Amino acid sequence: MHNPTTEAELAEAIATAKGPLAICGGGTRPIGRPVTGDTLSTAGLSGITLYEPGALTLVAKAGTPMAEIEAALDAENQMLAFEPMDHRTLLGTTGTPTIGGVVATNASGPRRVAASGACRDALLGVRYVDGQGAIVKNGGRVMKNVTGYDLTKLMAGSYGTLGVLSEVSLKVLPKPETSQTLVFDGLALSDAVAAMTKALNSPYEVSGAALHQLDAGNTALAHLGQKTCLRVEGFEKSVTYRIEKLRKLLADFGDAQVLEHDASTALWADIKSVSVFRTHDAVTQISITPSAAADIADCLWQTLGADLVMDWGGGRMWFGMTTSHAEAAADQFGADDPYTADKAYGLIHGVLQHMLSPEIMAHGAPAGSGHATLIKAPTATRTNVSVFQPQSDAVSTLTKALRAKFDPRGILNPGLMN
Amino acid sequence: MDMPTPDAAILNKKAEIVRRLSAVLPADAVIHDPAETRAYECDALTAYRCPPLCAVLPANTEEVSEVLKICHEMDVPVVPRGSGTSLAGGALPTADSVILGVAKMAEVLEVNYSDRFIRVQTGRTNLSVSGAVEADGFFYAPDPSSQLACAIAGNIAMNSGGAHCLKYGVTTNNLLGVKMVLMDGTVVDVGGAHMDAAGLDLLGVICGSEGQLGVVTEATLRIQPKPEGALPILVGYDSNEVAGQCVSDIIHSGILPVAIEFMDRPCIEATEAFAKAGYPMCESLLIIEVEGSDDEIRDQLDRIRAIAERHNPVELRVAADKDQAARIWLGRKSAFGAMGQINDYMCLDGTIPVTELPYVLRRIGELSKEYGLGVGNVFHAGDGNLHPLILYNANKPGDLEKCEAFGADILRLCVEAGGCLTGEHGVGIEKRDLMDTQFAPDDLEAQMTVKDVFDPKWLLNPAKVFPLYSTEKRRSNPPQVS
Repeated sequence: MHNPTTEAELAEAIATAKGPLAICGGGTRPIGRPVTGDTLSTAGLSGITLYEPGALTLVAKAGTPMAEIEAALDAENQMLAFEPMDHRTLLGTTGTPTIGGVVATNASGPRRVAASGACRDALLGVRYVDGQGAIVKNGGRVMKNVTGYDLTKLMAGSYGTLGVLSEVSLKVLPKPETSQTLVFDGLALSDAVAAMTKALNSPYEVSGAALHQLDAGNTALAHLGQKTCLRVEGFEKSVTYRIEKLRKLLADFGDAQVLEHDASTALWADIKSVSVFRTHDAVTQISITPSAAADIADCLWQTLGADLVMDWGGGRMWFGMTTSHAEAAADQFGADDPYTADKAYGLIHGVLQHMLSPEIMAHGAPAGSGHATLIKAPTATRTNVSVFQPQSDAVSTLTKALRAKFDPRGILNPGLMN
Repeated sequence: MDMPTPDAAILNKKAEIVRRLSAVLPADAVIHDPAETRAYECDALTAYRCPPLCAVLPANTEEVSEVLKICHEMDVPVVPRGSGTSLAGGALPTADSVILGVAKMAEVLEVNYSDRFIRVQTGRTNLSVSGAVEADGFFYAPDPSSQLACAIAGNIAMNSGGAHCLKYGVTTNNLLGVKMVLMDGTVVDVGGAHMDAAGLDLLGVICGSEGQLGVVTEATLRIQPKPEGALPILVGYDSNEVAGQCVSDIIHSGILPVAIEFMDRPCIEATEAFAKAGYPMCESLLIIEVEGSDDEIRDQLDRIRAIAERHNPVELRVAADKDQAARIWLGRKSAFGAMGQINDYMCLDGTIPVTELPYVLRRIGELSKEYGLGVGNVFHAGDGNLHPLILYNANKPGDLEKCEAFGADILRLCVEAGGCLTGEHGVGIEKRDLMDTQFAPDDLEAQMTVKDVFDPKWLLNPAKVFPLYSTEKRRSNPPQVS
């Protein structure tokens, strides 16, 4: 176990490492193929190094707890616009989520659909240590910066496989005065996507568009009412105006309920954490063109099953699997490959990845583009399937070559993204 | 400005290079007559010129791939070119290079409102991308001031910005996918029309790589619904410090304007003489624009007015309608032209933390006196992206060199204040040799290894971005590629 407290110690630990390292921040996001190696924690690299509310920028060491960052931003009425997901509820982990973990997994929440974008879009700069122990900085702390190659974005979502983050610099935004949510009950899947699309294509600045299932503690979610939720944020007068405009625009989809600030805030906290699948055994997250979302779900449901919620206006789908879904897939297995639930989860995930492969999407019913990631699954499943979407040969070749440059010894979270 | 000595071996095989390129392209797509290649001798950084060996204008991805395969095999450097509007020399050729222009590839390939994207060939101009979706109430957000002429290919290469970045981001935040041809001719699709990467964020590093990793032939771009309306407010102050504080207070108040533009006295005077926009004569002038419905705009402008008034402005004008808005924007939009009336100018592009505005502007003023060269500042204050315009006389011996030295000092000042050398124009050749003021050797090495992966022979736009000395070995001893 390595627990460096300075960037120099971090560099030393990596430079002198004799074998593979399992990199973690607070250890709350065990996503990807399990890694065997000495644990290297960045939790000891902690603290906000610079926060300038008037310049909308915050710089923090990688191990800084998210709670500390959120408290500092709160005090100035600001926020991380990408609404990072806390994975503890969904994954059932304990520990302290860190900003380094958020960046390493490019964890973005419902507001990703707005102009402010994902975690990678808010990331202004990084400092990291590469696989040979060299300290590298890229980007900076200003909002517009095209000086040299953008390795900052490359580091976002690289799950510690290219380098270990020591410090990150982020653009922050003013926290909206209030929020309201328009909720439609029980729309069919294709109508829900159509309503979300119409709202997102309007000038009313929808900052959240989700198809949510209310959590009833893991019983037969499919029978619960589906809620199509559209969030508007800003100054109160403006929010009231835009919600009214949206209600009129979407009158064809039926009557909608309006949730005021507190209820709206609570709902989106629930949506952000995907708490509805907290007792599901396996969860696949899909990024997709929204117009293909309903087809993907239908294709899956016609063969195998899974529970579904959506975010990003249908651009992100979460498929949750329980033992009943696994058992329904049991007849796909035979004597030479006997059924286990772990294998069945992998099978369902694999079907989703197959549907999203460019060859199928270019010619099949769900026409669009996207990818699937197995966010939650038993260790046995994660060990044996492609957690991340398989890539084209050309992209795969570039990816391998980049890893070989950044981490020539292959010691940083080896295999995690394979 | 040094450029590598042209490779005599390549110059000597020009005829064969032209013959092979002509075999895969239509006759009018290969330009090799020295009278015609002159058209490609520079981009918008006109102080540096060098005609290329030849120029090719492929019409599709397959032709781009054929061209690159030939150049790769023959070890000929290739300089990709969009519309040639780079202010950093990003498309400056060397005598032994082939210019690969994407101008013939300007089609819209797909418009999809359900998924809010447009797919275009990258020779298409920035403004005509918005033009293709405008009638349906959408727009493409990045809006560099050269948007009438600049190509999406160049926008992607330089990660171009514009005036509305504070709210909508720059090119990289609005780019969903690319089709790109690697130097060896391999065609690769990165990203798509969905959000975020399946694995490593290769798109993130491709955008802004200044044409050194591959030639992007098609791009999938995020489009946004147009706001209901937009109006500006104009505020004048008697000191840059106070104007800077006002910007900071507005940002801190919870309002997110789409644009905050800043002009200083030399710039105000020049534009008044040129465009007669009726600006107040003062030290600094802010133009702040907000979006929304009529009521929302009025509400936000009231809030901004209240903050601005706390700082005792010498002038404050709220636009009540489109005509008044156009008058407020008139001077700002003609600022570059106005400065150009006075003299030749060099436009810089450093970015600083917004909070450092007063200090940096004061230092630029002091440096201006030391060098004896005038400078006007007109820039995007919301994001700290400065555009100092240094005035000089191109016909006066030594003036360009003096101007460049002054510019370099300003850029060092930006880095020292916590900022960077370039916010939206790119490094090109212009800031190449200043890179080591911002980056340590390991920082640059990490970036160069990315080029090693995408272009192992270092043939694409090779003498740009990195200090020449740091790339010399890579350029002269390319690894053997099997």
